Amino acid sequence: MTTAPRDGVIANDGHGRRFVIAFIVLSVIATPLVAIFVGPLFPPGNGSAQAHEQVFDNTWLVAIMTPPAVFVVVFLLYALVSFRSRSAAVVDGPPIRGDARIQAVWMAATGIIVLFLAGFGSYELVQSGSGGGQGPNPAFTPAGASKAMDVQVIAQQWEFTYRYPSYGGVEVPHLVLPANTLIRLHVTSLDAIHSFWAYQLGVKADANPGVDNVAYVQTKGPMTFDIHCAELCGLWHGYMFDTGQVVDASRFASWIKQQRTYFGPVVKYLPKYSTIYLPDPQRRAG
Amino acid sequence: MAKAAGVVAAIAAAGVLIGFYISGYLVGNTKVFRPTAQGRSVHLTIETVAAVGPQLAPHPDWVSYLVRDTSGHWRRTTIWTLPAHALVHVTIYNFDSASGLRNPLLGRPTGLVGSELVDGKPLTVLPPDQPSHTFAVPELGVLVPIAPVADDAKNTCGYAPCPLSNAHRTITFTFRTGKPGHYRWQCFVPCAAGFLYGFGGPMQTVGYMDGFLNVV
Repeated sequence: MTTAPRDGVIANDGHGRRFVIAFIVLSVIATPLVAIFVGPLFPPGNGSAQAHEQVFDNTWLVAIMTPPAVFVVVFLLYALVSFRSRSAAVVDGPPIRGDARIQAVWMAATGIIVLFLAGFGSYELVQSGSGGGQGPNPAFTPAGASKAMDVQVIAQQWEFTYRYPSYGGVEVPHLVLPANTLIRLHVTSLDAIHSFWAYQLGVKADANPGVDNVAYVQTKGPMTFDIHCAELCGLWHGYMFDTGQVVDASRFASWIKQQRTYFGPVVKYLPKYSTIYLPDPQRRAG
Repeated sequence: MAKAAGVVAAIAAAGVLIGFYISGYLVGNTKVFRPTAQGRSVHLTIETVAAVGPQLAPHPDWVSYLVRDTSGHWRRTTIWTLPAHALVHVTIYNFDSASGLRNPLLGRPTGLVGSELVDGKPLTVLPPDQPSHTFAVPELGVLVPIAPVADDAKNTCGYAPCPLSNAHRTITFTFRTGKPGHYRWQCFVPCAAGFLYGFGGPMQTVGYMDGFLNVV
């Protein structure tokens, strides 16, 4: 494979063809393997329809990026092996000149990838909002959104609390959701800017004071999920986490009944339910 | 080469100094307090004061928690080492008046073994305009609203430490520590006078209205 210098220049001995063949063969092998075996391992898992969609999206993304990654790796390895200098003589590589075909292929390939990703991402977003906060008037709602169960997420320094308007407006310190139910989360804040991130549910929505940030999530079977604040919000930001639960319908009914009993005495002091949560604070100190 | 080494050393020194400054600010120079445990039972006696005073802190006008040590002295430390799976019997003497809650939910005591008692009487819920402070350990589900001294009370305490001859409320409760871990606790009432929305200064500095339970 040694290329003999001719007139001080390394000859082009069909490297391009060999490289392209290697790239195509390896891409054809690697792309389905990555999509089948690696993609499903990507976060956030299969905890909700939105999380499942995100895994699907991530699988496509990683599959699409596989050929470019193969290109880079193969090119690097090929160059290391083929063009490694085996003598002390310093010689030039072949002169690089413009090649309209290569440029056209490069522009077309990258253009197609970018346009496909834009279209694919937009289509996925339109389906259900992909678990993201969409502000007070969501444009992308999942099927059956009019019958979704409302749950308000209230952030404050430094914990989340949750209000269930269809259950007497009871507010509780832990999030429990019924399985196989479409939930409409109304995320807001009492003070600073926070971000509600229910990791395994694939939900992430900013919590801003005075703002109703709506996110949809379609729960699946019973599970626990992690809740974190994803916006630096002060001293205990790192401790602003909780564990939520998805439970079956009967267990949810029992749980919400208990909560309404226990927190019943404080309901009369809560502000009337609204999509934003602005109690009448006695802010003596500010 | 020597110049580069000097620059690296200067950057490292600056980093160390900045780190000391930030960590010193965050922990408020507080030290760990370990109350004497009797088996799986611990007693904590605490004061909540409107102004910690010059004897105990570099910020004399900051609101603060204080804890009474085994010799009977009040100490400004909010990092407490407690045994795991233990019952912690807490007495809080509150010398502060009402600030009020942002979220009325936090007027409902939760996560306790038995009831919260205010001046010996069980408390079901404290109206949202009432609490001076809360003692809350969110990871343990513990939340205790602290009833206030009346605004027109006589003989109120100025600077801490406050003697029990000053107007105060007595709050008692018990909670269980659970498994070993590092649990933060905090006040949820925006009680930091003079700070934006009442949540700066002592609310953002360990050693005043925030701390840790080192459960071992």
